[in-house]
Amino acid sequence: MKMKLMTVAVAAMMAAGPALADLTIVDTSYRTGPYAANGIPFSDGYQDYFTLLNERDGGIGGEMVNIVECETGYNTEKGVECYEATKGEGALVYQPLSTGITYQLIPKATSDGIPLHTMGYGRTSAKNGAVFKYVFNYPANYWDGASLAVTHILDQNGGDVNGKKIALVYHNSAYGKEPIRTLEELAKKHGFELSLLPVDHPGQEQKSQWLQIRREKPDYVLMWGWGVMNQVAIQEAVNIRFPMENFIGIWWSGSENDVKAAGDKANGYKALTFHNLGSDYPVYADIQKHVVDAGKAAGAGDQVGTVLYNRGMYAAMLAAEAIKTAQEMHGTAAITSAQMRDGMENLEMTEAKMAGIGLPGFGPEFKVSCENHGGNGFGAVSQWDAAAGEFKLITEYFQSDQDVIMPLVEEDSSAFAAENGIEAGC
Amino acid sequence: MPEQLVFAMEVFLNGLMAGVLYALVALGFVLIYKASGIFNYAQGVMALFSALTLVGIMEGQVPFAHLINAIFGTEIHHFGWHVPALLAILFTMAVMVGLAWVVNKLIFRHLVNQEPIILFMATIGLAYFLEGFGDIMWGADIKKLDVGLPQGINTWIDESTFNIFDYGFFIDNLDIVATVVAALLVTALVIFAQYTKQGRAMRAVADDHQAALSVGISLNFIWVMVWSVAGFVALVAGIMWGTKSGVQFSLSLIALKALPVLMLGGFTSIPGAIVGGLIIGVGEKLFEFAIGPLVGGATENWFAYVLALIFLVFRPQGLFGEKIIERV
Repeated sequence: MKMKLMTVAVAAMMAAGPALADLTIVDTSYRTGPYAANGIPFSDGYQDYFTLLNERDGGIGGEMVNIVECETGYNTEKGVECYEATKGEGALVYQPLSTGITYQLIPKATSDGIPLHTMGYGRTSAKNGAVFKYVFNYPANYWDGASLAVTHILDQNGGDVNGKKIALVYHNSAYGKEPIRTLEELAKKHGFELSLLPVDHPGQEQKSQWLQIRREKPDYVLMWGWGVMNQVAIQEAVNIRFPMENFIGIWWSGSENDVKAAGDKANGYKALTFHNLGSDYPVYADIQKHVVDAGKAAGAGDQVGTVLYNRGMYAAMLAAEAIKTAQEMHGTAAITSAQMRDGMENLEMTEAKMAGIGLPGFGPEFKVSCENHGGNGFGAVSQWDAAAGEFKLITEYFQSDQDVIMPLVEEDSSAFAAENGIEAGC
Repeated sequence: MPEQLVFAMEVFLNGLMAGVLYALVALGFVLIYKASGIFNYAQGVMALFSALTLVGIMEGQVPFAHLINAIFGTEIHHFGWHVPALLAILFTMAVMVGLAWVVNKLIFRHLVNQEPIILFMATIGLAYFLEGFGDIMWGADIKKLDVGLPQGINTWIDESTFNIFDYGFFIDNLDIVATVVAALLVTALVIFAQYTKQGRAMRAVADDHQAALSVGISLNFIWVMVWSVAGFVALVAGIMWGTKSGVQFSLSLIALKALPVLMLGGFTSIPGAIVGGLIIGVGEKLFEFAIGPLVGGATENWFAYVLALIFLVFRPQGLFGEKIIERV
């Protein structure tokens, strides 16, 4: 009798527990706290894409994807806790969605043999795969962002910005300081005058910085902000009547959340991006049908097509394509995290592949290699159309200044390798 | 006049305005501390919660919509109406009074005569609860708050100062409104505390709970009243800060701006909150203007605390705080 009861109990537990799928994806999300408004759409997009693959295609290569969500609250300690708590579940890849968490996880994940994908954030010099074997930051990084902004300004000025004044308003943290070195090099190369205006966390009070901008009258203002800092900066720019078309934010300062609070006067504000915008792609019809309408959306289903939802979905799509690559390379559907790393290192995103997925022209084409974990540094500029209530792409994808960036990547990654006794090589 | 002096004058005026906004947050802390000896950690979250409620009511948002939809499979989000700002403020105030009653009924009436640290910890719990409750009730998205307050540069000041100094000063219209509102609020609160029966009862409760009870003052009524007034002050702060940045969960962090103001002005003085706010606002802005560029900027947050600590060395009770003498 006891044996029967135990069998029934075990069977019931197995039935009630989560499906023991072979492809485990951990979503380190933040749906609570001061940055929840940004964390929710990213996480929704990330999860919904994998749900789509499960519901429409029966998973990836016949293996279902098991999504494990862990709330970080955009807090570095909680992010590390999430990593430690979930890595034993067979996680294939982590997307920390925080530069602070990324810095903490780089040594841990490398030691555990689990790849990190820090798309458009994290440690920029991780682009050098010969040193950062388990860290990937394709398709673009902060230094690409700095260069893309300057290239756009060059384009606006007939290729000559000599004597122009460019101010950088940045979150006074490791994240915000990332572009400074690149911008300093670019200032030397192109002869513009760079001024730096740090804003302390969280950035609700920026009067000093914007009074300084009003006094010094820079020709362009670049912004590396996150959360409330973005909304306040855009409102202050409106208040001092700074021309919005000369105000360019990094991709983390370019979502609908950042501009809506300032109303119509934010019209014309620009932001960089490394993926396309809107929801006019075939894959969205599938997400609507198989995920949202089926009641399987990660959130309320009201974020589909927003900038950060698209970014989360794009990150998931790149992870799914890396899984497919790994499956083909190793001849098995149930891949391990080490095999996932191989898949990421051999990922090639072509237009034909994106069109086949239902996302034609959604992101730049790039190829990952052992030496280059960061892609080719292509990005585009988007602009806020207040009347339409959406960001619109106003340029084609163009490449960052690799002549400036690659030596900086080499220098920083070599220093990291020397500090940590890493023998670089492919 | 030297250009730098003109710029410094503009920075000084903006510092005063910023100080008023800090003081608006600090006032809520002072009211509750004055009446109950509780350092209300939840004051910043109360500002957030009140602003969320105000926008929710104005926009006709269905409270707990996500929860209702998740449980019942419905798709409801809005009632389909918009409530005028003034009416919505009144409804929000009613919610804040209700919150004060619930907080007192469920938490603080059970903690009468407990150590201050116990009461403080209870407010930490309240802060986390209220933040999560606000999230479930109204959602975590950033909401635009427009109650009709003017924003942007004051052109009259810009033109007038340009005629005098050949440089137009930037003063935000919203800051001017905040200053007028704060002045009215402080005047009303001082009159209330000093000259009304309830105000005197509030001060008596603050001095000694049991002595106040023995002369027939209702502790429950006074505490509900004070938490309601603090809720109103939180709503005013929430409107001002929410108009600047949109209503979002980082609004709760504005409490960080109030702490140096309280240290400087004293925890028990309503005028002290204003004067402390003005000193902190002007001090941090002028320091950033003069010294910031030499040390890489971003000095405001830490300088505010350094300034408050300097004052603490000479006046531990703050500029206007009551000196506490405990005889052994």
